This record gives sequence, C-alpha cells and structure tokens, in this order.
Amino acid sequence: MRYFLLFAALASILIVMMIGIFTFREALPAFRDIGVDNLLTESAWRPGEGQYGILAMITGSGLVTLGAIVLGVPLALGCAVFLSEIAHPNLRAFVKPCVELLAGIPSVVYGLFGMVIIVPVVRGIDIPGNTGFGLFSASIVLAVMILPTITSVAEHAIGSVPKEFREGSLALGATKWETIQKVIIPGARSGVISAIVLGLGRAMGETIAMIMVIGNSVIVPAASTENPLSIFLSRARTLTGNIAVEINYATGLHESALFATGVILFVLIIVVNSSARYLLSHGSLEKVR
Amino acid sequence: MRIYKNSLLTLFAAFALQIVSCGGSNEGTAAVPDETLEGELNIAGSTTVQPLAEVLAESFEALEPGAVVYVQGGGSSVGVRSAADRSSDIGMASREVKPSELNEYPELVVHTIARDGIAIVTEPGCVIENLTVEQVREIFTGEITNWNEIGGGDLIITVVAREEGSGTRAAFEDMVMDDDLIVDNAILQPSNGAVRTTISVTPGTIGFLSFGYLDDQTKAIAIDGVLPNKENASSGDYSVVRSLSMITCGEPDDLAGAFLDFIMSEDGQAIVAEEGYLPVN
Repeated sequence: MRYFLLFAALASILIVMMIGIFTFREALPAFRDIGVDNLLTESAWRPGEGQYGILAMITGSGLVTLGAIVLGVPLALGCAVFLSEIAHPNLRAFVKPCVELLAGIPSVVYGLFGMVIIVPVVRGIDIPGNTGFGLFSASIVLAVMILPTITSVAEHAIGSVPKEFREGSLALGATKWETIQKVIIPGARSGVISAIVLGLGRAMGETIAMIMVIGNSVIVPAASTENPLSIFLSRARTLTGNIAVEINYATGLHESALFATGVILFVLIIVVNSSARYLLSHGSLEKVR
Repeated sequence: MRIYKNSLLTLFAAFALQIVSCGGSNEGTAAVPDETLEGELNIAGSTTVQPLAEVLAESFEALEPGAVVYVQGGGSSVGVRSAADRSSDIGMASREVKPSELNEYPELVVHTIARDGIAIVTEPGCVIENLTVEQVREIFTGEITNWNEIGGGDLIITVVAREEGSGTRAAFEDMVMDDDLIVDNAILQPSNGAVRTTISVTPGTIGFLSFGYLDDQTKAIAIDGVLPNKENASSGDYSVVRSLSMITCGEPDDLAGAFLDFIMSEDGQAIVAEEGYLPVN
C-alpha cells in the first residue's frame, strides 16, 4: 500500500518532467534555427514568410496580466477581508459559495460572457479604432477569473493570523478597521502575496477566454491617443492564444516555434510558482516579529 | 481454486464478447448480403465546407442507416493534415493543396465536390454598396484606413480576417491580394461563423466570408459592380470563386467512397446547390 502511494507521488513528478522534456525537445529546432534572441525580440510573427518573432505576444500577455492584476487584486482582497473579518456568519455562508462557484465556471463560458456583454460595453468608449475587442475587455474577463483564486488563498491567510494579534490590538484601543489595516493584513502579508502570485499564474495561462475577446491581432499594443492608458484599448494576442489558434495546422519550423512559445510559458510559470512557494515558506509570524 | 476458476472464466467470456463486438465496426465493409454499409466516418477541416458536409452527412445517414458521419471544423489546413495523418477519414479543404503538402504527403487524393464564392461583407448598416478590387486590396492592406475615403462616414475601418491556416483566407489572398499582406492589426477569428458574428455586431468592420455563410447578419458588397450571388458566380461574372474539395489518404475505402459517390451524384449535387454553393459542372 505504501508503495502504491509512493508511486502516485512519483507519477506527478514523472508527468511534469515528461511534459517539460517533450515540450523542450519539440522546441529545440526553433531555438536552433531561429535563435532565442531573434524569437524573443522580433515583433513580426509571419510563419508564411519565415518570420518568427513573439515579442508582440509577450507584450500582449504581459499587459493583459497587468490589467487583470490591477483590476482583480483590490476586488479580491476586499472580498477576502470582508469574508474573514467583517461578514456576519450567515452572510459569509452565502457569499463564500458564490465565490467558489466563480472558480468552477468553465473558461469558455467566461469568454462567451466577455464577447456578448463586456466587448459591446467597452466598444462604447469613444476612441477611434476601438472595436471593443482588446486588452481592456480581456483584462476585465481575466480579473473576474482570477478573483476566486486570490480570494480563497488570501482569506485563508487572513484567517490564520493568530487571534492574539487581533485581541491585543483591540485591547490597546485600536478600532476594528485600524486593527484590520495595521495588524491583520500586514500579519498575513506573505499569504496575501502568494495569493496574488497564484492569481498571476492563472492569468498567464488562460487561453480560450482570451482568444474570444482580445482580437488576436499580431501587433505590439500601442496607445492610439496621447493618453497612455489607451494602450489597453489596443488589440493584442497572448502567448497562449498564439499556440491555440495555430497549433492545429502548423508543421515543421512553425510548429517548433509554437512549442518554443510553450517553453517560454513553462519557464514563466515555474518562476511564478517558485516565488509563491518562497513567499509562503516565510511565515507571517516571522515577518511581524 | 473454484472461485479463481469461475472469475477467470467470466473474464475470458467478457473479453471474447468484447473482441466479437469490436470486430466489424470500423471497417465499413458489407456485413449483410444486401450490402448495407456500416461504420463511422470522421470528417474534419474547412469551416466553409463544414455546413455543406453536415447536410450531406444527414442525407447520407438517411440513405445508409448503418453509417454514422461526424463532421468537425478547424480550417482547411487542419483538413489536409488530418486526412494525411489519417486522424480523420476525409479532410475538407476550401483551397488548393499546396505543393509543399503534396511533397510531404504524396498519397493525398483530392476530390472536388463543389465550388464556392468568397464575398466581401460589412455590417448591415453600412452605406457602401460597391467597391473595386483595387479598393478592396487597399482596405485589406491598410492603405485605406477610414470609411470616409471611399464614400462612407468618418469611421475607422477594422479588418476582420481568418487565421493563417484558413482555406478561405488563402483563396482570398490568392485571388484578391496578389502578393500583398493583410494588415497586422486585423481582428483574427478562427472560423467563417466567428467572422460573421464579429462583423454583424461591430460597426466599421469589413471581412471576407464564404457564400454559404451569407445571410442578413452581414451585408455583401458588390465588387466592380457585380453582386456576390450564385448566378453571377456560375456565369463567371463574379470571379472570386474557388473549388471545395474532400481529401483522402490514398483511394477512399468503402464507406468514404460511398459518401463521396453520393456527393457527386445528382442528389448530392442538388443538395450542394440548395445550400448556396455551386455544383461541380
């Protein structure tokens, strides 16, 4: 029985290694023939003409993730604080399952929601060339998708702050809000940061919802008016969308370049997850003391 | 020992039953003296051919009750690829098979089943009725950027195109764009249906669509004075027309062959005409 459990554990390691090795092996021709620097810094992606630059996709993914974090983190943290500190147990029993339900909705349904509801609303912003499809719509959809992830981990972190902290602060005369702001949240800081980092990982990996609302244009997003924020109204393509749209029919070097995109995503996720683990291991108690 | 023997016998019986039931299913060969065909047919590829294939499949299934036909999209390049590596029995394509593809997969056999036009479409409220081929090319390359340059209001033109593996896109680029490239900031959608939906709800968009997808969700523009409809396409007045084909790896086997024969029969070609495509004449 023990060996069966050991096998189960080893199986996950084996699978991750196999995915990594397979992806990297398929990507090797691209790294060799196109060159890592060329791949990462060229902005023209035209496989038919032999151009394989994924800079546009890296920028697209980066900006949409940034947008999702900016929109989603305040909302998610507010929800987490509300659920663990402020809500009446009855209200909590109602809101928490709703948030968990959000986590269960399939991403294609989010994409549909984005296409049918969000895109027409964003189209209302009166900037020339704004069709509604673009980074802003995608950021909104992505923010809603990462909300349950961040909320549940952050709520767990906030709930784990020892109640002595809370009681001590209140005993010293701080108000409830001052306690939350100056004692509880700093006390849960590493848990909250790792929640954000996990949400970031989820945002970077999202594929189908992005394909449906972001426009998939292979351009480096640029601001269309003097206001730099209008960069978010630009259309873009994510790294994940690039793979999904083209993998079905790509052959040869084109296919290898898509696997190279996969390798880059893999590396980014490893970085993100390692930071999350590092931050989690630094317990909140040590920070505050 | 007895229990062990019993369970072994049961296992063997179940295994034998499974083997027998698996035996005749994927072959499509005649199992009964009056030669009814049975089996599964998997068809994948062009989203242009897809609606036509679905209707043809229904009629074929009515003719041959033992046959089940599954039709999927994915684009012409997927069609060629899946026929070549046998992940589907028949691949659909709305463009010519490229020389590089024939090089890589020399056993591909192309069966032309219909012809189809590509129309330039805009959203229903657009005021433009007619464009020259030159203007269409300039719009799609991004030289013309605003509707007011061709007689419309002051609105930026947004091009909607297909992904690179699309046969409709390849045929469009071949027949209209010459060697010029479609503008980088075009919205790319992965199927004819998605293009139609995007154009129907987004003001200022223009794109290309297979004749089979023309309806009141979009407005079809006349090119050089010729409206994109079946009559003009079959008379040759409307020239943006391409062949639709079904591709097999080597000669098709019994079930696939029967399906292809059905498509080329009078009944099949009548269905082609009904669905808005041009029969092979």
